[in-house]
Amino acid sequence: MMSDTPRDPADDHASPANPDNQIGLGRQSADADHAAKIAGDIPPRTAPDAPVTPRAKARRAGKRHGVAQQETPSTGHQWDGITEYDNPMPRWWLWTFYATIVWAFFYVIAYPAIPMLTQATQGVLKTNARTEVAAEIERFAQANAPVQTALVAAELDDIPADPQLLGYATNAGAALYRTWCTQCHGAGAAGGPGYPNLLDDSWLWGGSLADIHLTLQHGIRDPLDSDTRYSEMPRYGTDELLEPTQIVQVAGYVRSLSGLDHDAADAAEGAGIYADNCAACHMDDGSGDRGQGAPALNDQVWLYGSDPETLVRIISQGPYGVMPAWSDRLSEAEIRSLAVYVHGLGGGE
Amino acid sequence: MSNIVKLILLGGMTLFAAIGANLARDPAYMVNALTVMLVAGGMFLWTVRRIDEPVAVANPNEYMDGVVRAGVVATMGWGLVGFLVGVVIAFQLAFPALNFSDLTQGYLNFGKLRPLHTSAVIFAFGGNALIATSFYVVQRTSAARLWGGNAAWFVFWGYNLFIVLAATGYILGATQSKEYAEPEWYVDLWLTIVWLTYLAVFLGTIIKRREPHIYVANWFYLAFIITIAMLHVVNNLSVPVSIWGSKSVQVFSGVQDAMVQWWYGHNAVGFFLTAGFLGMMYYFIPKQAERPVYSYKLSIIHFWAIIFLYIWAGPHHLHYTALPEWAATLGMVFSIMLWMPSWGGMINGLMTLSGAWDKLRTDPIIRMMVVAVGFYGMATFEGPMMSIKSVNSLSHYTDWTIGHVHSSALGWNGMITFGALYYLTPRLWGRDRLYSLPMVNWHFWLATIGIVLYASSMWVTGIMEGLMWREVDQNGYLVNAFADTVAAKFPMYVVRGLGGVLYLAGAIIMAWNLWATVARQPKSVSTAIAVPAE
Repeated sequence: MMSDTPRDPADDHASPANPDNQIGLGRQSADADHAAKIAGDIPPRTAPDAPVTPRAKARRAGKRHGVAQQETPSTGHQWDGITEYDNPMPRWWLWTFYATIVWAFFYVIAYPAIPMLTQATQGVLKTNARTEVAAEIERFAQANAPVQTALVAAELDDIPADPQLLGYATNAGAALYRTWCTQCHGAGAAGGPGYPNLLDDSWLWGGSLADIHLTLQHGIRDPLDSDTRYSEMPRYGTDELLEPTQIVQVAGYVRSLSGLDHDAADAAEGAGIYADNCAACHMDDGSGDRGQGAPALNDQVWLYGSDPETLVRIISQGPYGVMPAWSDRLSEAEIRSLAVYVHGLGGGE
Repeated sequence: MSNIVKLILLGGMTLFAAIGANLARDPAYMVNALTVMLVAGGMFLWTVRRIDEPVAVANPNEYMDGVVRAGVVATMGWGLVGFLVGVVIAFQLAFPALNFSDLTQGYLNFGKLRPLHTSAVIFAFGGNALIATSFYVVQRTSAARLWGGNAAWFVFWGYNLFIVLAATGYILGATQSKEYAEPEWYVDLWLTIVWLTYLAVFLGTIIKRREPHIYVANWFYLAFIITIAMLHVVNNLSVPVSIWGSKSVQVFSGVQDAMVQWWYGHNAVGFFLTAGFLGMMYYFIPKQAERPVYSYKLSIIHFWAIIFLYIWAGPHHLHYTALPEWAATLGMVFSIMLWMPSWGGMINGLMTLSGAWDKLRTDPIIRMMVVAVGFYGMATFEGPMMSIKSVNSLSHYTDWTIGHVHSSALGWNGMITFGALYYLTPRLWGRDRLYSLPMVNWHFWLATIGIVLYASSMWVTGIMEGLMWREVDQNGYLVNAFADTVAAKFPMYVVRGLGGVLYLAGAIIMAWNLWATVARQPKSVSTAIAVPAE
């Protein structure tokens, strides 16, 4: 702890001559007086302190002073030159304060407010935020119940033909999409690296209503759903199934399938590697296999990217994209709505 | 003798901190222990070297102003740091690339810097301002030197050590994750010691005062000190996992923890940022305006009404949550009843200027204080309004809350502190006047325009966000994705950042002005010894 340094005579601001640093001498002369009052010798206050006319203040040379107003009595207190007027509280202020107290009183009677032994008072209006929100949810649930029942009862492929069901499913699906799907597939459904674009007609697991419906229900590689869609591409590099040079070569061949720039020598070497390792799932011509979610490699649509570095990384490490199953979070009507909405985005089959 | 005790304490602390640094279970604890070790060890050596020097006897008829001077410097310094971090995180929200996550390994991400900003401005800037001004005010209005000798210095250095420990802890991951109560258990314990010392110094000075009455500013300061002590202790009740680690487990859990946290959080606003700063206002406005306080009656009534009502209003931070409905109701009605008591301070501040309104034209410091009181009035109307459940269902979790907090913090707490610093600096360093009044004027306008940009942009985004979140179609489905609202807020985020830049620029001008007042202004020529008052 820093010691209370002794006064440096060269330091003006600590000097006794500095008026701002000195407890006023006049103050000290009044001390005995005040000390007696503090000690408890304060006579009972029978009347307000006598109004004191503010003194013509001339205590400190060179100090500016405001124009003294004489009309309002002062309380007679003074601290460091600060005095106080004995003004009444503003009438409007006081009445507004009272009004808020009265309002609070009635509000407390009307709504749940006072905690008692077993539960709080429930209020004479018998309502609260929880019952209100439950009622609102119930209102929409009832309004939507007939169309939702019809939606679940209908054959999946018949829904687009029914204007009423289609209209409802599209609106509801759009709202559900914004709540649950935008995080990965994007607000515009255009996807991103690793997250499929839902606007095009290139589908990993199929683009019919039934396919989309199944994907939504059970997800893809969702460990919590036993019926999930499942497949796994080997990790050719990590598990040392292929040499690094072979991976570069097969990546070159994959680029050649869709007519992208590639090293002809690499691609030639890669063709054989592709036939041995990749064609079983991605097919000889690279058209892919929806039965096991193997993407087509001969089109311009790429899930992770088409540049050589990305291809080498994917072949080496193996992709393992996961989509959650929704059947435990959304109702059947909601999943059907979503399926119809996604199906209608442009690529539905 | 006291030096021996001091040496034993300091030596013990150094040793304990060294052991702690060695056995530390996490980097935050280790860095904090090393900091404590260096501080305690340095003071041990310093004490040893001075052990034979005669102890200086302070003149009891002189005010103890050294600690107030240190507080003014600390307030200004921490203010600049806090405002700068605020500007940085405002732009991080607008442009996430500014997190530089790869470069800094996430240590300077928004999530780490945000509590650093709030603690720096509230506790470092605001807290130092409150401690410094309360020490200044209580001495003048009690006509007594601070009680407790060097205890005041212990409060100053101890409090700033608390800030350093808390801030380094946040960056390294030590946090209780309770808003405005992030510091972990050992930092909390240290603050408790410092705060009780602060209470003792303040109360001791009041007890030995030479005035018959206690001035209203001191009521507010005392209420602030006592209540913060109570809030701090209750909200930080926790069990450390290990005395060699920063992690602790809260005593309360679930909704009880949330309720205690917002009882604390709301009253941190009520007693730290409202009552404490009202104490500041009640001294500096009458002094700067050279006018009597408008109404003694009003000050009594609104003081006790604030003290009684504020403490119940916390549940309004938890509307529409797991909190029981009755608690929310009470939080709301107490907030509404709080409206007029809060405004009592505004009325007393503004009406004190009656007869001196002309000074608004000529004195930019008064102007700053008046704008501060104006923002105080606006915020204390907006707060009760936002506590109404149906308004809160729109405003809660949106940027409206951020705008509300900042119009009060930048407008009220910031501006009244600036006014007080401008008042104090020439007097504390014995200068006739400030270095430059036009620079105060520049500061005033930069800060005011900055606040307006900040508050209005957050009102716009907050209400827009609330309306977008709740918008449902005819089937009851949400119309907007959360990401849509984030994207829609972008332009206003940039405006908010610019507002922060202006506010920071004003503070930089102020820092330079205050520095030049001390360094470039001649010392005042001492007039004769003070003329007796009566």
